[in-house]
Amino acid sequence: MPDITNKSLTEIVDLIKKKEIKSEEVTNSYINNIKKGKKLNSFITESFDNALTKSKNFDANPNYELLLPGVPLAVKDLFCTNGIRTTAGSKMLENFVPSYESTVTSNLWSEGAFLLGKLNCDEYAMGSSNETSFFGNVINPVKENTVPGGSSGGSASALAADFTPATIGTDTGGSIRQPASFTGTVGLKPTYGLCSRWGIVAFASSLDQAGPMTKTVSDCALMLQAMSGFDLKDSTSINKKKENYSKKLTKDIKGLKIGIPKEYRVSGMPNEIEELWEKGKKILKEEGAEIIDISLPHTEYALPTYYIVAPAEASSNLARYDGVKYGFRSSKGSNLIEMYENTRSEGFGDEVKRRILIGTYVLSSGYYDAYYIKAQKVRQLIKNDFDNAFTKVDAILTPSTPSAAFKIGEKKDDPISMYLNDIFTVPANLAGIPAMSVPIGHDKNNLPLGLQLIGKTLGEQTLLNLAFSMESKSNFKQKIIKWWEK
Amino acid sequence: MSEDKSKYLIDGIQGKWEVVIGLEVHAQVSSKSKLFSGSSTTFGGDPNTQVSLVDSAFPGMLPVINEYCIEQAVKTGLGINAQINSYSVFDRKNYFYADLPQGYQISQFKNPIVGEGEITLDLKTGTKNIGIERLHLEQDAGKSIHDLDPSNTFVDLNRSGIALMEIVSKPDLRSPDEVNAYVKKLRSIMRYLGTCDGNMQEGSLRADVNVSVRKEGDKKLGTRCEIKNVNSIKFMQMAIDHEARRQVELIESGESIVQETRLFDTKKNETRSMRSKEDAHDYRYFPDPDLLPLNLDKNLIEKIKKNLPELPDQKKERFIKDYSLSTYEANVLVSEKEVAAFFEEVIKTADKKLATNWIIGDLFASLNEKNISISESPIKAKEMVSLINSISSGLISGRAAKEVFEVMKDTGANPVKIIEEKGLKQKSDPKELEALIDKILEENKDKVSQYKSGKDKLFGFFVGQAMKVSGGTANPQLVNDILKNKLK
Amino acid sequence: MSIDKDKIKHTAKLARISLDENKIESLSKDLSNIFNFIEKLSKTNTGKVNPLTSILDQSLRTREDEVTDGGIRDKILENSPNKNEEFFIVPKVIE
Repeated sequence: MPDITNKSLTEIVDLIKKKEIKSEEVTNSYINNIKKGKKLNSFITESFDNALTKSKNFDANPNYELLLPGVPLAVKDLFCTNGIRTTAGSKMLENFVPSYESTVTSNLWSEGAFLLGKLNCDEYAMGSSNETSFFGNVINPVKENTVPGGSSGGSASALAADFTPATIGTDTGGSIRQPASFTGTVGLKPTYGLCSRWGIVAFASSLDQAGPMTKTVSDCALMLQAMSGFDLKDSTSINKKKENYSKKLTKDIKGLKIGIPKEYRVSGMPNEIEELWEKGKKILKEEGAEIIDISLPHTEYALPTYYIVAPAEASSNLARYDGVKYGFRSSKGSNLIEMYENTRSEGFGDEVKRRILIGTYVLSSGYYDAYYIKAQKVRQLIKNDFDNAFTKVDAILTPSTPSAAFKIGEKKDDPISMYLNDIFTVPANLAGIPAMSVPIGHDKNNLPLGLQLIGKTLGEQTLLNLAFSMESKSNFKQKIIKWWEK
Repeated sequence: MSEDKSKYLIDGIQGKWEVVIGLEVHAQVSSKSKLFSGSSTTFGGDPNTQVSLVDSAFPGMLPVINEYCIEQAVKTGLGINAQINSYSVFDRKNYFYADLPQGYQISQFKNPIVGEGEITLDLKTGTKNIGIERLHLEQDAGKSIHDLDPSNTFVDLNRSGIALMEIVSKPDLRSPDEVNAYVKKLRSIMRYLGTCDGNMQEGSLRADVNVSVRKEGDKKLGTRCEIKNVNSIKFMQMAIDHEARRQVELIESGESIVQETRLFDTKKNETRSMRSKEDAHDYRYFPDPDLLPLNLDKNLIEKIKKNLPELPDQKKERFIKDYSLSTYEANVLVSEKEVAAFFEEVIKTADKKLATNWIIGDLFASLNEKNISISESPIKAKEMVSLINSISSGLISGRAAKEVFEVMKDTGANPVKIIEEKGLKQKSDPKELEALIDKILEENKDKVSQYKSGKDKLFGFFVGQAMKVSGGTANPQLVNDILKNKLK
Repeated sequence: MSIDKDKIKHTAKLARISLDENKIESLSKDLSNIFNFIEKLSKTNTGKVNPLTSILDQSLRTREDEVTDGGIRDKILENSPNKNEEFFIVPKVIE
């Protein structure tokens, strides 16, 4: 049997639809790869039995009308999966088995896909390097000793290492786009409200969005189509008809106006990133788009705003982990309050505790106006910046990250330098607008680099088309040698 | 101004102290399902059987608001003459407690659904208006059970997430009696509206009571203490009295009041500080990012306004005007929606004056005696009508009616049947009565001569004899007439 | 702004997290650095701007008042670290 695991999702779906390959064969191929790739530590929980049963069921009773017929998928371990443990990368949920399925994964399963396993991530999605996971750090398949980015680091790693044909992550401040950029893959954070948040372990409710992580732009369109959709159970879900992104996908981007924000040219950014940006502009120009210089004046305040809003919401969202209803409970403590304090101290890792403390502090009496309210005002200004920009342009092009993937441990003890990694990705979350990272080139160390496209509210199709065009002209090729198999 | 003797003041060593009270009433919305989830709100279910994944705060669960609860809040707001806010926001109130699964309560802080309003109390001393600060929607917590196990607390989340309206009064109340009138009035309004069943035994209506004291005549408010979760009017009154005295004692002994949350111990009749709420004053409110701001449609508000039922104050005015009732009678009759409905049903076909007297008098006395509400009364409106009509038509005497009522109040039986069975039908045939009276006069010749020689008082004796012999069924008016005639 | 030990202890108390005494020092350093970074915000002019309450331009969606959930006590209790057939069990609460 030829190895199909290096193929794109779209190609695999085609092969299955043409009956050239069976779902069970596809599933077994990925299982083999995963078994050989334990070093990467990209999985927290494997559900191979589930996958094989489902694939056999599919083969026995195939439905080729579905978007993802008989496709095995591993997903970030932040999506609750019925009967399969869901940890959010935390000791707190080490043994938590939900009795329910998140809307997004449920949507994927109704399109014919099934679960292959749960992918490692930063604890409660708080991190930019996948080093905060209780289940250990994840390694970037691109290079040993390198982080895959975070928080969807396991997803990016598994995807780039051919452990899953596509995957999904969540993005609160760049958690899909930054790891996609670090691993040479495609990652899209949709418009806030396009994908239901129901059944996803919450980090920061006003910023969290689930989105696809794929090898190609076509795959991204297909996955977005399958996972998105209105959900009555999520009060922040947008009520609109499902789009057929794949059908409308085109490389014809003539006449589209692309903004280049001057504020994203930050000091200390490597020349290679600057060159990559130029390359992106050149491609788009050659394909008929118009490049326009724009200004997003409050960009420099996005990160400080994010580090108030996200921890504030997180401090409240994570209050439910108190050792009463589910999850870890400390054996120490003779009364309720002591039980809480010990449970939360032992159950959460350092970064999570740090953010809970920041969030609690900025909401606490005497500081609320100076921090939280101020941040929500600046957030409005950041949103206004984008609203203004989108009166002139159809999309915005920026680098995805200020650097390529860094070494494991390099930034672990310096929270600020770690936070700065999200400097280009955070604004889209604050404004609730879609953004995606597309792999465009490599740096001198052969580490992949991506460019980010930011779009208008519900402008996913435009982003996908621009990305499709850039993908075809950039000649980006993964340079992964499967060193972990040796 | 003369000293009002009825004023409630605490006598201290340093003089008289005024008590200032504000109430935060928590009224359960009479909805079928919870505020943000589809679980049932029925009272008395087995522990944790009326709990969804949302109510128990499982990871990734999200709230979706119940439209009926929004409408009831608006309705109640209109019922207390309050401002309805077309824009309101749901906030998270953050604190840890065993029966608060989310670690926060979804409530409304800065932008409540209902703003300032007012309700009028009818007190012995006249009417008094009490200001309403606001009304907002919020989630109820679950229940911690401390007495099933010596070292553990058991948690039941059936109540977790039930919709409450928190109605906050201004600090306008001055005595336990006013508190009594206020809670009763508020409860009555909500029961008229159907927005809250007002059942205090089942916890549908509870209050946090804010108490402070100040020297009589002072304008500045004292430091207040909040007595949490008091679930009966009697306990509210006891708690206020105790708390006010405690505060006066403290201040007079040179100490100052610490603003804190206290608990009323009903067994010991005292309030004490709640240690578990030590840092409760930093709730870290912020808008719940899982919910969007609520924009009320103007048409919805108008529609609710149009369909408001007649409220106690309006009904009272109408009763006074249309039925010539006294203010007292009207107040009593409108205090409970069901009482008013009973009264109106009865007077459709029975005499108003008699109905008023019988309902406020004998019927209420029997209900009080049995400690039941009018809906539970064995005597239904139809039977009441029948009884009253038997009196007004002269079928039975007032005295016989009392006897009939004695049977009715226990059995609810048809009065006409009781009258027949007991032979209480009034004898109004003059010939029959004449024969009866002749016999009495014949048997009491000595008394007849005494009467005739000026002992007028004996007239009553003859009447009494006539009633006795007839077993109380003789028409008293006729007996009088015949006697007067015969004894001339 | 520096976040001293007392502020950290108070905040940790509010957040119900017990802290290792020997970790507070480094936590104080980290948080002070983070708050210095966040302080940048005070430089923005936000005079008449309203704080953002929702990123979505829509009103709150409602649901009908119907009982559609509950009756799943086993599911509710099954993940709890301490429970019996009917209740969650927690260490004694001190009122």
